[in-house]
Amino acid sequence: MPIHEKSLIRPENLQTHDELILDGVDVSGHWSTFIETRVVKDYNESLEEEIAALPGGEQIHRCWQCGSCTNSCTVNALNPDFNPRYWIYLIRMGMESELLRDKDIIWQCVSCNKCTYACPRDVFPEGVMKATSHWLELKGHTPKSPSMHFDEVFTEQIVKTGKIEESRTIRRFFARTGQGLMQPWMIEMVKRMLRGLPVGLLARMGLATFVAPKTNDWSKASAAIQEYIDEQHEKQAQALTLAELVETAKQDVAA
Amino acid sequence: MTTKDKYKKVAYYPGCALEGTGHSYNRSTKAVGKKLGLDLVEVKNWNCCGAMEVKNIDPKIQTYLSSRVMSTAANEMDMDVVMAPCNGCYHNLKKAEYDLKNDEESAEVVDRLSKKAGHKTYEAGQVETIHALDWIKDSIGEEGLAARVKNSLSGIKVANYYGCMYTRPRHIFPEKDQGPGSESTSKPHFMDDLLAAAGAENVDFPLKTACCGGAHTLSDSDTSTKLVLNILKAAKLSGADVIATECPTCHSGLEMHQIRAEKTLGEKVDIKILYFTQLLGMALGLSPRKVGVHENINDSIAFLKEKGLG
Ligand code: SF4
Ligand code: SF4
Ligand code: SF4
Ligand code: SF4
Repeated sequence: MPIHEKSLIRPENLQTHDELILDGVDVSGHWSTFIETRVVKDYNESLEEEIAALPGGEQIHRCWQCGSCTNSCTVNALNPDFNPRYWIYLIRMGMESELLRDKDIIWQCVSCNKCTYACPRDVFPEGVMKATSHWLELKGHTPKSPSMHFDEVFTEQIVKTGKIEESRTIRRFFARTGQGLMQPWMIEMVKRMLRGLPVGLLARMGLATFVAPKTNDWSKASAAIQEYIDEQHEKQAQALTLAELVETAKQDVAA
Repeated sequence: MTTKDKYKKVAYYPGCALEGTGHSYNRSTKAVGKKLGLDLVEVKNWNCCGAMEVKNIDPKIQTYLSSRVMSTAANEMDMDVVMAPCNGCYHNLKKAEYDLKNDEESAEVVDRLSKKAGHKTYEAGQVETIHALDWIKDSIGEEGLAARVKNSLSGIKVANYYGCMYTRPRHIFPEKDQGPGSESTSKPHFMDDLLAAAGAENVDFPLKTACCGGAHTLSDSDTSTKLVLNILKAAKLSGADVIATECPTCHSGLEMHQIRAEKTLGEKVDIKILYFTQLLGMALGLSPRKVGVHENINDSIAFLKEKGLG
């Protein structure tokens, strides 16, 4: 399989003249192709450090740009613009505005870890993808992705009860992302489920929506985890120089 | 004690999925264990290991959650082996083991949280985490299994689907890729071996460890549907009647998006999806009901009857 490379020349920056004669030579069409000059000035010199400060991004500095991650990537096979190697390159170069052009697809990483398996430098590109989408949200470049909503709903339930009850998690997720639960394929699925399920199990599933399963004596663990999460959030905000913002927000709330 | 004996009595960590959508996996795993004379002792008052979601909020919380399960097995139940049939749980416990051994900061956070939560801190090495595949393969083995087969699976063509989390990333599975007898991370074969011993005909299936997009099954359903469709079609092209699964998330992902592909893309792929424990159970003489075939979303009852298993 070839290494999927990414052209750094964008089609809109290529110019050709349909009819052009220079010094008596006909250079019409592609003979006159040239690339518009482009100067990048808006580097974010601390971009790499900011990503490295978020969970998963720690090893980004090791990357030597071999492209194995992109070459093995599940999502790249569906969408060639999904290019972990390229994003790692941009981050290390501090080219924030270039990175932002792809801001709406980075969260689509499916965490299959094919990249991690292929990477010869233990960069853990999967982690870098997570850190990057996290960074985009923390910096306000993107709204919370559906995936982040899901992770939050899921984690909240575990922190609270120690266990996950799927139908509850699904309902909360749909509610939080403003989607209707009654999608035709969902209805079809439930129909097929009902066909085979014994009454006892149905009753249990129904019950589970009222009495969530939980781990006993969970409250101390719950408090400890919550405390740790809050502590980490504070640290991350500082690393991203968002601390001031957080302070202002806090005062805002207090006022 | 040989591996074989050590796995005859293990701490069983079903995980949340097996109490919900993966109910038939739970039922069939227990039924097969019983039939084979293997003892499953459920981990007391277990908690969720964090699935794929918690690590995105904070990886160390995931490590803590998994460590609590192992701590209970080791310190409160005095067990040496934890068996997890769910790829997610299996993966997370292995990952926690790796991190606690290799990353001081993780160990420190886990210790702090365990103390606050009021239980003993899990120390790396106290238990060995295995998958349901290791459990049967190493305690009973192919020959032992073949000797117990009542209804051979002969005539059933199977594509074995292992998904992502069973082999990746490889550094958390130090026992794999260790030569003959060990599991391979690039071409896993434990499920193939067991089903072959039960008489099934395994097809050459190139997408054994492809990803079904389970992480975004609801948050980016279109991607998941496309990925699942690839898997279903490849299995069909390889000549399989059945995709055998060994993870509740993979299994329900395939089932869900098989329907979604039909409803949203008009692509219907007629292939059965069964847990490997359901196939093994039936080979050992259990009825389809006993292994929860009626609880699957995809309907394979008529097919199984036709193959002499119903
Ligand atoms: S983990 Fe994400 S980036 Fe890595 S191969 Fe899978 S989809 Fe691509
Ligand atoms: S595989 Fe690793 S080293 Fe190679 S480009 Fe990707 S992250 Fe960098
Ligand atoms: S990770 Fe999945 S299977 Fe494991 S305990 Fe949590 S929800 Fe259950
Ligand atoms: S195949 Fe799908 S469900 Fe199974 S481990 Fe991979 S992402 Fe998860």
